[in-house]
Amino acid sequence: MSDRLAVRKTYKLYVNGAFPRSESGRTYEVADARGAFLANAAWASRKDARDAVVAARAAFGRWSRATAYNRGQVLYRVAEVMEGRHAQFCEEVAAGEGLSSGRARAVVDAAIDRWVWYAGWTDKLAAVLGSANPVAGPFFDFSLPEPTGVVAVLAPQRSSLLGLVSVLAPVLAGGNTAVVVTSHRRPLPAVTLGEVLATSDVPGGVVNLLTGDAGEIGPWLAEHDDVDAVDLTGAPADRALELERLAAGSIKRVLRPPAEEPDWTADPGTSRMTRFLETKTVWHPKGV
Amino acid sequence: MTSLFEYAPAPESRSIVDIAPSYGLFVDGEFVDGSGEPMKTVNPATEEVLSEIAVGTEADVDRAVKAARRAHTRVWGPMRPADRGKYLFRIARILQERAREFAVLESLDNGKPIRESRDVDVPLAAAHFFYHAGWADKLSYAGLGPDPRPHGVAGQVIPWNFPLLMLAWKVAPALATGNTVVLKPAETTPLSALLFAEVCRQADLPPGVVNVVTGAGETGRAVVEHDDVDKVAFTGSTEVGRSIARAVAGTRKALTLELGGKAANIVFDDAPIDQAVEGIVRGIFFNQGHVCCAGSRLLVQESVHDEVIASLQRRIGTLRVGDPLDKNTDIGAINSAEQLARIRELSEIGEAEGAHRWQPACELPDRGFWFPPTVFTDVSPAHRIARDEVFGPVLSVLTFRTPDEAVAKANNTTYGLSAGIWTEKGSRILAIADRLRAGVVWANTFNQFDPTSPFGGYKQSGYGREGGRHGLAAYLKESAR
Repeated sequence: MSDRLAVRKTYKLYVNGAFPRSESGRTYEVADARGAFLANAAWASRKDARDAVVAARAAFGRWSRATAYNRGQVLYRVAEVMEGRHAQFCEEVAAGEGLSSGRARAVVDAAIDRWVWYAGWTDKLAAVLGSANPVAGPFFDFSLPEPTGVVAVLAPQRSSLLGLVSVLAPVLAGGNTAVVVTSHRRPLPAVTLGEVLATSDVPGGVVNLLTGDAGEIGPWLAEHDDVDAVDLTGAPADRALELERLAAGSIKRVLRPPAEEPDWTADPGTSRMTRFLETKTVWHPKGV
Repeated sequence: MTSLFEYAPAPESRSIVDIAPSYGLFVDGEFVDGSGEPMKTVNPATEEVLSEIAVGTEADVDRAVKAARRAHTRVWGPMRPADRGKYLFRIARILQERAREFAVLESLDNGKPIRESRDVDVPLAAAHFFYHAGWADKLSYAGLGPDPRPHGVAGQVIPWNFPLLMLAWKVAPALATGNTVVLKPAETTPLSALLFAEVCRQADLPPGVVNVVTGAGETGRAVVEHDDVDKVAFTGSTEVGRSIARAVAGTRKALTLELGGKAANIVFDDAPIDQAVEGIVRGIFFNQGHVCCAGSRLLVQESVHDEVIASLQRRIGTLRVGDPLDKNTDIGAINSAEQLARIRELSEIGEAEGAHRWQPACELPDRGFWFPPTVFTDVSPAHRIARDEVFGPVLSVLTFRTPDEAVAKANNTTYGLSAGIWTEKGSRILAIADRLRAGVVWANTFNQFDPTSPFGGYKQSGYGREGGRHGLAAYLKESAR
């Protein structure tokens, strides 16, 4: 055993491609599943959430207009870089979720594989969800899926990595940008994921990760006029109604919270992508 | 400008329709009395009372929902899908057979020109039923899993601008997918929905599959908020859409909204100007501008601004405003006194804020609700008339220099329903269309609709699509693969 004193990591927010502390200066203690101290995490504030929305909006143009091939490669790159940090993720998931090392490994494997699944979707969506419409007139009429815009995601509270990836990756695959409030009690894998994203060719601002309390920041995001959609999967059960009502103010697309946290190992299907896609129909004239 | 041509009046005969002095609600296959204080529906072109209409209360809505539930559980849900389709084919055929009657009735109750109700509203309504009829036994091919299921009872609230067509957009996909319906037509235009109820009877559609509950906002609220409604579909203002989204929050109800718009119609300097002018006219004056996807913001490239405006004014001078039943009429009556007041108010604000109002010299009838075709120039993006939906024959003209500026101005709105692009260059059409945040983009045309073509908005213009394969998703629950 070496007697070297370990260099501990500071867990910060991930906003606009950088790792700021909360502007509020607040932190909160994160404990492992047995209650032992793990770290002080940044406790994101309303101002942090607003900064994250600004960053996500600014990043939307470039990310949404990137070619589907390019987006697919970037998402695949996330899987590659995660693989290199496999051990670190296992450790954090095991500690936070109280899993055996074998179970934690399976969770991390599944999370990495989920990025691969969604990476392969980016250039299939238009073919599967689009259409050529046989209108009764001299037009080439076609419909294509397009991203909704800035999506605020309240990530699952229990599954701190696989659940997080399962709600984030489909938002990105469609070309949206995201502001994510991570699991409150188990935020550490999310911060490490931020470090992966920062080194995976994901442009800054495309993903913004806020560690903190979804019950506190959620309302600001749900009523923010520059947020186009909200995923309430990780919303506190007693706040979901309020959040959905706030989201109605600017006609946001809302993914309602499930009755209980789903089994994230199940086949993800396409519904999490389609929820955050719009359909654009173009009428192009035909004539000589 | 004086009229170029004198036309003899060519009125369509109204004798083909037989409007009863009063109508009840259509519940469980029967016309029944409503419990509310009846309301009157008037011809907006003459202010003549057409009929007295029952008003549904919460109790009436409850009866209608119960009938719809029963019909769903016992008849419509278990029915062979091919048979559901056959009922819809029947309805499509009856609509075609009685097309003239529907067209005249629609023009009387709504005020729209007979040319439009005859050539657009009614044929498209029949087409929607015909299109969706074919889907009824092919839903496993709709991309929603091998066995997508209907929600159950759909509560549908529709607007007054295309009363029968919006009914068709709502009812046809709901029935094809196995849902039953409680429909609340608009307060000012209930008659074609009540005639449609008669069509359902002629088609021997089982009782309770379609229920029509007339009334105003309170009746609509009762439909939306009824506990046993599984799916809510609404077309109307963004304001009401917001309150509906709030009302269904926290419930299990599925929701689709088709709301307001402030569409940009972008004219580039290489566009065929005469054709573009026709498109601008069609974009904003079709249906008196009572169109959520109306091209109400004209964005003209600066270099052709004067030419386009001169040509547009010349063309508008030839539009005929007047009797909706006259086959020569281009612009009919504003649907209600209330809507007319809103159009007047926003136009006055437009002038007060510094835009320049132009209207052709045109004689308006003494009675009824009328507003002449209106063009505002010198409009800035901050003006109310460039931001608020007027929902009337009022065009706001803005200019741009570069394609980037055109896109930025077009997208500078909380709405995102539709847009138009006029240019001879096909590559420019596709590049600009890519960048517009709008659900429907028309290139070198405007206000085209087709049952095979998905329609619906981005942003605060709502969510969900109507028409095409995409429209089915609004009425089905995806099944696991």
